[in-house]
Amino acid sequence: MLSRTADHLFWMSRYTERAENTARLLDVNYQTSLLPQSAEVAQQGWQGLLSISELLPSYQALYGDITPERVMEFMVKDENNPSSIISCLRAARENARAVRGSLTTEVWETQNQTWLELNRMLKSGAFERDPGQFFEWVKFRSHLSRGVTVGTMLMDEALHFMRLGTFLERADNTARLVDVKFHAVEHDFFGQTQGKEQDHDFYHWSAILRSVSGFEIYRKVYRDVIQPERVAELLILRADMPRSLHACLNEVVSNIAMVSDDRSRESYRRAGKLCAEMEFSRIEEILANGLHAYLTQFLDRVNEIGASISREFLVPN
Amino acid sequence: MHKFDEMYAQLPSVDSAVRPHYRNYLDWLKRQDPQAMHGRREEAEMIFRRVGITFAVYGDKDEDGSGTERLIPFDLIPRIIPAHEWRDMQKGLVQRVTALNRFIHDIYHDQEILKAGIIPREQVLNNAQFRPEMMGVDVPNGVYSNISGIDIVRAPNAKGEGEYYVLEDNLRVPSGVSYMLEDRKMMMRLFPELFSQHRVAPVAHYPDLLLETLRASGPSTTDNPTVVVLTPGMYNSAYFEHAFLAQQMGVELVEGQDLFVKDSFVYMRTTRGPKRVDVIYRRVDDDFLDPRVFRPTSTLGCAGLMDAYRAGHVSICNAVGTGIADDKSIYPYVPQMIEFYLGEKPILNNVPTFQCRKKEDLDYTLANLDKLVVKEVHGAGGYGMLVGPAATKAEIEEFRQVLIAKPEGYISQPTLSLSSCPTYVESGIAPRHIDLRPFVLSGKHVQMVPGGLTRVALKEGSLVVNSSQGGGTKDTWILEV
Repeated sequence: MLSRTADHLFWMSRYTERAENTARLLDVNYQTSLLPQSAEVAQQGWQGLLSISELLPSYQALYGDITPERVMEFMVKDENNPSSIISCLRAARENARAVRGSLTTEVWETQNQTWLELNRMLKSGAFERDPGQFFEWVKFRSHLSRGVTVGTMLMDEALHFMRLGTFLERADNTARLVDVKFHAVEHDFFGQTQGKEQDHDFYHWSAILRSVSGFEIYRKVYRDVIQPERVAELLILRADMPRSLHACLNEVVSNIAMVSDDRSRESYRRAGKLCAEMEFSRIEEILANGLHAYLTQFLDRVNEIGASISREFLVPN
Repeated sequence: MHKFDEMYAQLPSVDSAVRPHYRNYLDWLKRQDPQAMHGRREEAEMIFRRVGITFAVYGDKDEDGSGTERLIPFDLIPRIIPAHEWRDMQKGLVQRVTALNRFIHDIYHDQEILKAGIIPREQVLNNAQFRPEMMGVDVPNGVYSNISGIDIVRAPNAKGEGEYYVLEDNLRVPSGVSYMLEDRKMMMRLFPELFSQHRVAPVAHYPDLLLETLRASGPSTTDNPTVVVLTPGMYNSAYFEHAFLAQQMGVELVEGQDLFVKDSFVYMRTTRGPKRVDVIYRRVDDDFLDPRVFRPTSTLGCAGLMDAYRAGHVSICNAVGTGIADDKSIYPYVPQMIEFYLGEKPILNNVPTFQCRKKEDLDYTLANLDKLVVKEVHGAGGYGMLVGPAATKAEIEEFRQVLIAKPEGYISQPTLSLSSCPTYVESGIAPRHIDLRPFVLSGKHVQMVPGGLTRVALKEGSLVVNSSQGGGTKDTWILEV
C-alpha cells in the first residue's frame, strides 16, 4: 500500500486513542474532584494531568492559574492545544478523510459522525452540562471506532498499521499516566508508600485503576486490598491487562511482524527486544531501580519504535 | 409554471399537458404527503453529511469557522428523459466525442484541419490551451479525452419544439460523476417503490466502465497496467469524488508527493518499496502535472512525469493538451470537425455562437448585450460571464468596457430559454432551470452509462447551474415509457 496511506491510517488510530485517553484522564480527575479533598491535593491532580501531556507551560501561558474548569476547557475544546479532545478528533477525522477510500464505509462514517456530533455537543453546551457523560461519550466513540475497524476491515496491511497506531499510542499514554500518578505520591517511587493516610491512598490508586478500566480487574487478579506495587505491576507487566504496557507491546510486535519484510527489520527488532525484556521482568526489580527512570526509558524506546516505523514504512525517502 | 418545462408541456393545471414520461411520477407525487416529503429532504441531507459527500469552497468558512465543506443541494424530484430521446443523444455524443478526439490528434500531428482552412491557424496555435510539448506524441488508441463531460441543455428551437443543444464540452478534468451515482443511491434508498413502478436505466456500473477504459488506455510496456487516481489532495473541491472513484475502482488514490520518476518510469512509494505506475487518471490540471515542464512551483504533480509520458512509459488520462478542443473559441467549429473527420452531419446541435474576435460579431454583440450571454473563452465554473437579460444596466456597461478591451477573449450566444424542471424550494415546488452532463468514456471504444448528472439552478430565474454558484443536483432517469 501507499506509504502516505499507511501514515494517515497510523495517525488516525493514534489520535483516536489519544482522545480516548485524554477523556479517561479528565474523567478520573473530575470524579476525584467530587470527593472531599484539600485544595492543594485537588490542584496537584489537575496539574499532574497537564504534566502527563507535557502541557503545563502552554497552559500557564494561555490560562494562568490552574482551575478545574479552565483545565477541562483547555483539554477538551481548545483548538490551540494539539492534545485537546477536539484537536485529536479533528486530526483523526482529517487523516481518515485523506484516505477514506482505504477505509470501509463503516469506519469512515464512524469517524465522520464522531466529528459532526462532537461539534454539535460542544456548541450546544452538552459538555459543560455534564462533563462525565461527555467523557463517557468520547470513550465509547473510541470503542466503536476500534470495534468497527476490527469488525469490518480486511485483515491486510491497512488494518495492521491502524492497530500499530492504536497500541503504540496506548503504550505511550499508559506509561505517562503511571509515571505522573506514582510521581504524585513521592518524588520517585521505589515500592513503598510512606506517611500517607490509608483512605487517601485508596482513592488515589483506585482512581488510577478506574482511568484505565482496571479497578475490577485488579480485584479479580489480586483478590486483595489495593497496593501500589501491584497497581504498577498490573499496568506495566501484566500481559493480560488490555491497557498495560506489556499488552500494548505484544500487539505492537505482532502487528509489525505482519508488515515487515527483508528491507524493514529494524522496527520489528526494537519492538521485539523491548517486549522480551518486559516478558522476563519482575516488578520488584523495576521498583528497586526507580519507577520514574524505568518509565522515562520506556517512553524513549516507544518513541524510537515510532520513529523507526516512520522511516521504514510511512515516510520513506 | 415556466413556459418551457420538462414535466409540463403547457399549463400545469391541465393534466393532459403532462409530458407522457412524467405521468406516472406525477401521479405518485400527488399522493405524497408534503410533510413526509419534507422529512425525506432532511433525511437526505443528514445522510449526505454523514457519508461526507461534500465539496470545498475556496476561501469560505462555516458559521462556526470550523471548515469549508458544503453539501451540494440534492433535489428529490428526478429529471426524466424518455429512452428514445436518450438513444439519439447517445449517438450524437459518440459522434461528437469521436470527432473531438480526432481533432486533438490532428492538431498535435499533421494539422490537416488547419491546412484545409477550416479553423484559422492562429486561433489554435496561439491559444493558451495549445501544448507544443504534445506535438508528435502518440497516445494509446489515439484517444486524448478518455473522460468527457458534455454539457447539454434542452431549449425550444425556431418552431418552439424542445431540442437538445450542446452548451460546452469538458475535456480536461470534468467532475460531477460521483453525484450522479450518489444521487441515484439516495433516490433508491428514499423511494424504493418508485423504482419498482418505473423502469429506470441503472448507472451504478460507471466505475466498472471507467476502470475498463483506463486499463484499455495503458502504455505498450505492460498488458496488466497498474492504474492510479491522482488528486491534488483533500482540500480540493472535488476530493470526495477522487477518493470515491479510486475506492470504487479498487485502485490507489495518489498525490504528487507519492510519485517519483526514475529512468523515465513512474513509481509510487509504498510500504514495500517502489511500485511502477502505468496509467494515471489525473484530476490535476495540465499546468500542475510536471514542475520541470509546466508551472515550476507546482507540488501537485511529479517532476519528470512528462519525460516518462513522452517515452510512452505511462499513460495520462485525460491526455495533456485536450484543452485545445474544449476552449470556447474552438467550440463554434465542432460541427465542422464532425463533417471534416467523420463525413457525417452533426446529430447534436451547437448553440449559435458569435466570436467577438470577428469585427461583425463583436459589433452585433455590443449592440445586443442585453439579449445575449457573453462568456470568456477560457472561463469555467460560471465565472467571468454576462447573462444579458438578467444583468443590470450598470453590469452591462461594465462588461461592455471589458469586452471592448479584449474582444478576442469572448464569445456570445443568444440566451436560450433553458428548460426548467419542478424543484423543491422554500415555498414549495417551483420550476428551476436545469442542464445535463453525460460522461462519455473513450478507450478502445466509446461508451457511457445512460443519463448523466442533472444540475439545477436553485435561484429563481437563474441560468447558472454550477455548484460553486449555488447550483444543486437531481437524479436523472432514462425511462422506457
